[in-house]
Formats: sequence, C-alpha cells, structure tokens
Amino acid sequence: MQHGITENVEHEGLLAAVQQALTTGETPDAGGHYGSFGGRFVPETLFPALVELEAAFREAVEDPAFHRELAGLLAAYVGRPTPVTEARRLSQAVGGARILLKREDLNHTGAHKINNALGQALLAKRMGKERITAETGAGQHGVATATAAALLGLECDVFMGARDMARQELNVFRMRLLGARVIPVEHGTATLKEAVNEAIRDWVARVRETHYCIGSAVGPHPYPWIVQRFQAIIGVEARRQVLQLTGRLPDAVVACVGGGSNAIGIFSGFLDDGEVALVGVEAGGRGLQPGAHAASLVAGRPGVLHGSRSYLLQDEDGQVQEAHSVSAGLDYPGVGPEHAWLKEQGRAQYVAVSDTEALEAFRALARLEGIVPALESAHAVAYAARLAATLSPEAVVLVNLSGRGDKDVAEVARLLGGEGGEP
Amino acid sequence: MSKDRIVRSFAAARAQGRAAFMPYVTLGYPSPAACLEVIEGLVEGGADLLELGIPFSDPLADGPVLQAAAQAALQAGTTWPRALDLLARVRALAPELPLVLLVYANTVHARGVERFAGEAAEAGADGVILPDWPPDEGGGLREALARAGLAAVGLVSPVSPVGRIAQIAAASQGFLYAVSVTGVTGERPRLSRELEPLVQRIRRASSLPVAAGFGISRPEDAAAAGRLCDGVIVGSALARRIAEAQGQNLGRLARQVAAAFREALEGGPRLAADGAGVPG
Repeated sequence: MQHGITENVEHEGLLAAVQQALTTGETPDAGGHYGSFGGRFVPETLFPALVELEAAFREAVEDPAFHRELAGLLAAYVGRPTPVTEARRLSQAVGGARILLKREDLNHTGAHKINNALGQALLAKRMGKERITAETGAGQHGVATATAAALLGLECDVFMGARDMARQELNVFRMRLLGARVIPVEHGTATLKEAVNEAIRDWVARVRETHYCIGSAVGPHPYPWIVQRFQAIIGVEARRQVLQLTGRLPDAVVACVGGGSNAIGIFSGFLDDGEVALVGVEAGGRGLQPGAHAASLVAGRPGVLHGSRSYLLQDEDGQVQEAHSVSAGLDYPGVGPEHAWLKEQGRAQYVAVSDTEALEAFRALARLEGIVPALESAHAVAYAARLAATLSPEAVVLVNLSGRGDKDVAEVARLLGGEGGEP
Repeated sequence: MSKDRIVRSFAAARAQGRAAFMPYVTLGYPSPAACLEVIEGLVEGGADLLELGIPFSDPLADGPVLQAAAQAALQAGTTWPRALDLLARVRALAPELPLVLLVYANTVHARGVERFAGEAAEAGADGVILPDWPPDEGGGLREALARAGLAAVGLVSPVSPVGRIAQIAAASQGFLYAVSVTGVTGERPRLSRELEPLVQRIRRASSLPVAAGFGISRPEDAAAAGRLCDGVIVGSALARRIAEAQGQNLGRLARQVAAAFREALEGGPRLAADGAGVPG
C-alpha cells in the first residue's frame, strides 16, 4: 500500500502537519453546502460517483496509513515543507509593511497544484480506478496530475482549451513527456471553462473506471472540500513559519483566486484568527466590463456552473460569460463555493488586479527578489505591494506565491517585448 | 392541471399498444423561425410529446451535436423571453400536445424558481426536465413547479442504485426519464445494452411511465426501446439531420423523420415489460 519512496524518509514534522491539514478548515453540510453555496448540481450519472468519492475521502482522512503515505510523498517527492521567504527589497521598494512569501513555487512541478493532485491520485488508487483525468488552464494542474499519474502508474488524460494550449506550449510538452494524453478542447472559448465541461462529460461517459481529478476548489461536492483539505497544508505550514519568523500572526494573507485552491489552502490556516485579514485577488483583466476580466466574486453574481452554486460571470439569462485574464490559470468565470461563502460572511474580502498591474509585479519580483512568479501569483504580489504601502513597517503581509513563472516567460516576452521590459 | 396532458398522452399511446414518440428540439435552433417549422413537421409526423430544450452556454449533459445546436440557437438570439415566446407559439399550434422543457439549472436559478415556474407554465409548458438539478438540491424548486402545475421529470441512469431510483421517482411526476447510456447525449451505433436492466430496476421502484433517451439514433433502435419503455426520446439524430439539411424544407424533413420513428414504434407487438407503468 505504502509507496516505496516514502519508506526511509524522516517526515515526522510533516506527518503532523498533514494530519492537521486534513482536519483544518470549514466543513460543509452533508449535501456539500457552505451556507447557500456549493452542492451537487450534476447529471444523475455522476451522483453515485460523488457519493463513492466522498466515502473514500472520509475513510482516507481517518486512516493513519493514508496520512503516512501522503506525508511521505509530500516530504520526499514534492519537497515540503516549502519555506517562507522575506521579500526585503520588495518591501523596501514599496515602503511599508514586511512582505513574506509562502514559496509554493518551490514545489516539485512548480506550483501548489501538486499537493492536491497527489492527494487525489492516492484516493483514485484507493478506489481502484485505473484512469485519472484532469482539466487544466495554465497547464500547472495538468502537469501536476500527469506527474502524480506517472508516479503511481495511472493512465492520465488532460483536457485543455486549444487557446490555452497555444499560450502554454511548454506545459503541453511537459504533460506529454510525463506520459499523459493532452486532449484539445476546441469549442466555445477554448479555455479553462470548456476544458472543465469536457472533463465532466468524459467522466459521465467513463465514470466506472475513471477518477476526475479537479484542480481547483470548484465543482460538485465533495470536490471543493477535498481540494481545500489537500491544500490546507499551505496554511498550516505558513502559520507556524510566520510565527517563528516574526513572533506574531500576519496582518493580512493575500492569495490569487481563479477557482481559488491556493487561496483556500492558505486561508484555511488562518480562518480562526479573526485579526488576520484574508484577501483574495481576482483577475481584473482589462477592466471590469463583461468579457474583459475574470473577477467573479468582485463583479459576478450567484449562479450554478460545473456542479455547484457560487459566484459566476453571467448575463441576465444565466448564460455564462467569457472570462479574460493575461493569466491562463485565472481565466475562469466561476469560483469555489467556499470563497463565495467567505465573502458573504465577510470573513474574506476579494479585490481585482488588472493584467497590467500583474505584469508589473511579475517584473518587480524578478528584479527585486530574483523570483520569477507565475502570472497568477503575480496578481497576489501586486495587491500585497499595494496593501503593504498603506501599512506600518511593523505590519506583516503574507503572500501565497502559488507558482513559479517559467511557464509564462515566453508569453510575457511576447507581451512586453523580447527585453522583458528593459528600462 | 397542465400535467394532465402528459398523462393522457402516455395513456393514448398505451391504448394503441405502443410507446410514445417524444422528439427533442432545441428551442431557437437552427433559428427561432425555422425551429417552428421543425416543430410543425414533428407534430404532423406524429409526435406524442415534445421535449423542448432551452439553449444554455454550458450544457454538461450534451454531446457535440446538441452543444452545437444550443450554441447556434444562442447566436440566433434565443434569449429566455424569446424562448418563452416560441413556447407560447408551439402551445397555440398544438393545444393538446404535452410540452416538456429541458432546462439547465442556471437558467432556472437566474430567473428565480418562482418566476421561472410561473413564466414557463403561463407560456404553455406541462413539465420540466432538469438534467443538473437533482432532487437532493432543493432550493424550493420542486415546490415552485408544483404550485405552477408543472411536472418535475426526474432522470435516472444506468449507475443509479435502486434506492436512489425510488428517491428520484418519489420527487417526479408525469414520467421518469431513463438515460439509456452512461454518457452524454448523442447518437450511438446501437441501442445500449444497459437500458433493459435499467428499466427493470425502474419498474421495481416506480409505477410512473418510463421514457428512454440518450443514444437512440435509428427507428429500429427506437422500436427496440419502445418494447421496454412507455416512451422514446430522440434528440441528436434529429438535430444532426437539421444540421445537414442544407436548404431542404425543414418542416418536411422533420415530418419524415417523425413519421419514420412513429411507424417503427407502431411496427411490432409490444412485449410489455410490465403491467407496471400505469400512467398517473
């Protein structure tokens, strides 16, 4: 049962963190609702599979062997715990609060996505599924799932919008290298939303042998809950690390939100600390007019997409609108239901950062800290810098640096010119 | 109660010893005007009930043909008010024909359940099929439909356990929709082998009429499904013919398609799987 790689590894500290993460955060009601959000709005064919998945997850959460296996892989394969780095030169340049970066970019495969992909791949094995599928936008979740599938010997198919395949060529190649099949989704917007549609349709057709590994905290119950629990390791680690480094809790925790998995992961560690502000940063794109952004919590209203009720970019008739972001990973018209609930409760606030601001932050972090962030994470960096400037030097702002920007370098070069915006 | 039309229609087909023919049409496809021609042809060709799809941007239960139909209908300007207007015209065209809407959850959610149910009933609908709003998600929907006199038609699939079929049946009126395949809508080379055991499980759990849909492509498959069920739903096969029509008269085409399916359903003696399936 236990994977070979974990056997001779010391990971006692991480084991405790994993155990804590798997029980940290909000628990939805029996039907998967966070207040009036969430639920299971799915074709009937998927309903039994969701029930089966929930049972398997509940069992795994109670199983010490599962904890050991997951912690072992997170330690020896993913490279957890990831560090917290103080961004001194960025803080200085901004002139205000201390900015700390939770370095999810240092995970194997380059983003937080692997935390969830490995967890779900292990669940798929437990359920006896031979095939795992995923949707992907920027390609990070696709790469993470393909990686987990290679490691655990599962067949892997990844659905990806044709437009995203063009702007994330490198990740397409990586997935194929890892042995996954990348299936282009041509219709509609040919981006993440359509990739999710197609992955769900595929699951409806091959539900008996397939586990659909959703990459964000979206979809029908139990997915938002499972993804939150697998990503909560970020918040559990970060809370302890910030306390060690600064002797106090941060004033604010800032994370980018597309579907919201890295944000819900880091927020989970601080939900009970009422004095810590939680800020989700959505993609403001070219402005908040329809079709120009992906800020569903800032500018959308509640609706039903991809199996759950949450905030959604939609027209009057409930037709889902096209989203736009410079970052393929945030280019999604919906958002995870727990975020909708945190917004409604006033526990978290959600803001939007434009394409331009994100690109500026992308460059700033590269030059000032020697870290090239993912364009997604650059949104969080941009807002954290804006926020830090308004705070005192004693204040602490923690940013979830959810991924690294290697995948974005070609696209940014195209947008800014070959010099990367040389002054 | 408008759902009486559904009951009467199944009873009439049954009295003739055959299953009801229930074509599916995406409202507004290929255009609002042309869709009325199609519907007229289907009625003339012998449709016993019409399933009318409200086009939605993200139809999760649909395969490529009906996705394309929805997209074309939306591009042709089929908003919800326009769809209601079409529905009212169909009602005027066929006062006694049962009309059941296929509606994705967000269309209902965007209007609010009360307003949706009221508007649909007023325009002439008899029932509603919700492919992604299972009975587990209440939201006051089924109560609102009941108050408006609309039947809530539940779907069951080959992977639904018997207990779940009973739960869905208890929340359904008019008929039960048996999804004959594990998969999305779309033509298949042959009738699914999963249909017969599914219908057997449904008969054990419910006495509602059972209509089979998804993947029923040819008249002979419809005839085979009709020997097991009380109704047969044909969608993608018709939409594909419309897509390929290229300037043909769509009314005539629809009438021919309907007549061929209807004839197939009338063809053989009905090896009724039942005694069950009494309308009501």
